[in-house]
Amino acid sequence: MLESYVPLLMLMVLVIVSAAAMVGLSHLFSASRPTAVKSQPYESGIPPFGTARERFEVKFYLVAVLFIVFDIEVVFMMPWAVTFRQLDILGLGVLGGLLEMAAFVVVLVVGYVYVWKRGALEWT
Amino acid sequence: MSLDLQKGLGLLIALLPETILAVWAMALLLVAAWTHKDPRALRRIGWVSLAGIGVAFLAVAWLWTAHPRLEGLPTSVAVDPFRWAVDAIILLGAGFAVLLSIGYLEREGILIPEYYVLMLLATVGMMLLAGGEDLFVLFLGLELMSVSSYVLAGIDRRREASAEAALKYFLLGAFASAFLLYGIALVYGATGSTKLGFIGFQVQSLQLATHPMLLAGLALLLVGFGFKVAAVPFHMWTPDVYDGAPTPVTAFMAAATKAAAFAALIRVLLRAVPLLHDTWSPVVWWLAAATMVVGNLVALNQKSLKRMLAYSSIAHAGYLLTALVSGSVGGAAAFLYYLLFYTLMTIGAFAVLVYKGRDGERTVTADDLAGLAESHPWLALFMTICLLSLLGFPGTAGFIGKWYILTSAIGSGYALLATIMVLASVVSAGYYLPVIMAMYMKPRLHAEVHADVSVPRVMRGVLTAVAVALVVFGVWPSGLLKTARAGARGFLPDEVVPISQGVPAAPK
Repeated sequence: MLESYVPLLMLMVLVIVSAAAMVGLSHLFSASRPTAVKSQPYESGIPPFGTARERFEVKFYLVAVLFIVFDIEVVFMMPWAVTFRQLDILGLGVLGGLLEMAAFVVVLVVGYVYVWKRGALEWT
Repeated sequence: MSLDLQKGLGLLIALLPETILAVWAMALLLVAAWTHKDPRALRRIGWVSLAGIGVAFLAVAWLWTAHPRLEGLPTSVAVDPFRWAVDAIILLGAGFAVLLSIGYLEREGILIPEYYVLMLLATVGMMLLAGGEDLFVLFLGLELMSVSSYVLAGIDRRREASAEAALKYFLLGAFASAFLLYGIALVYGATGSTKLGFIGFQVQSLQLATHPMLLAGLALLLVGFGFKVAAVPFHMWTPDVYDGAPTPVTAFMAAATKAAAFAALIRVLLRAVPLLHDTWSPVVWWLAAATMVVGNLVALNQKSLKRMLAYSSIAHAGYLLTALVSGSVGGAAAFLYYLLFYTLMTIGAFAVLVYKGRDGERTVTADDLAGLAESHPWLALFMTICLLSLLGFPGTAGFIGKWYILTSAIGSGYALLATIMVLASVVSAGYYLPVIMAMYMKPRLHAEVHADVSVPRVMRGVLTAVAVALVVFGVWPSGLLKTARAGARGFLPDEVVPISQGVPAAPK
């Protein structure tokens, strides 16, 4: 049973070796003449100012989290739509699948109404 | 009554308590959205959520007494007395915790109506966890329970300890979930199913008992559950989280969360891999021994009463694991019996802390209770009964529970583990008795020291009922023991629904 994973292992080794070879060999054989300008993080870009580790307002995170929730919702809808005709889990025919998704969406809508009413969607 | 879970109605009836509670929670969430930060509205939502728990409890009681039997193929939820018994215990714990919270939130200035919604949702998760016959339902329940508990632990977010508890709980809990999920994936890879009954069947028919992938999956499942039930060496998060969270939440987590995770663990072990008993029982043996020894020894060294009770709950996880080692129906029955009274006495002990403490109750020590018996004789007596029961003193339900666990362990040939359990219980006297001594034998610092301790009238009734139950079932345990045995009978091999039909194709 585990033998069937040997090709996978070989592929993994091959990937690691070739990736290491590409980086390592180009590092070994390439010419390197660094100057002050060349060794900037972004050559010919805007020079960095200040640190990137600043404190962000919490509302950015809130929007990100809410976005993920409603993003994942669609992820769940995709396989549901694909297998819709076979979704006879409740013994009600196609109606069963529809009801199941309806229940799921109602739960999400409750969350959505809550979030809206609490003002989480307002930026200011 | 017979239930066909393939039909919509059958599934709905089988999930009636969970459905009621989930719908109740969502309705309350909408109410909470239109509620202002007002103590009276908060109190009203508290009572309504308690009513929801009551209705769900009635639904469980109805299902339990109606003896529903499965018809057709088993699906992803269990329909057996074990589930109803654990559901009832979880709902009791949740109801008790909500009652404790009703005055507490106002006193501590946590005017957040979502608190009760989260508590209801966590309860739904626990019930799914206790009733899942499919590893995915178990995982879903676990996540619903955990995510709600993370927020509950940090609900007093202006208090540093509470926020810290939430973050620690979240990080370690997420790790534990990942372990569990990886374990589920490996078990699925080895057996081709996530349904516990099918897994058991596949292990038998394909002789997978030494299959490395299955064993690795099982090990990861044990690690994941070990985190959730706070077994040593996966207990590191427990003291800080229990200490930092608001006390009613701590009581809820220590009792109900643990009950649900244990129920799921026992179901996985006895339904999916009973044939691997020789493989997993030594692991559970060591977990149980380490949990009892470390929990009790470290508890000895705690000054804060809240932290002491946290370690005490770790030690009790060890006792419950002892009931599990034998993998027998007797062990499962002992587990159910102990679980019920563990829930009552743990929440009871935390309840006294709720009424004595302020600002998160972290600083209350045993000496702060000095002379409580003079000013509040009933509360002191209640605390004494709870602590004696936790200790396993004869005449209390805790003693009968421990005795029943010991009998099942010795009967299955685990005499050494039973010895460790007895010795560990003796050690636990070293931290329970000083509290009782302080209440009864030490004088009050000054006359007004307990003046701010007041127990609401409803809670006086509840506490009295708990104390009476702890004593009555410690003296006349036989009726309840019979119920517990009946509750565990679903795990008997001949009672298990035949699973040979509809088995998916064997993996190559």
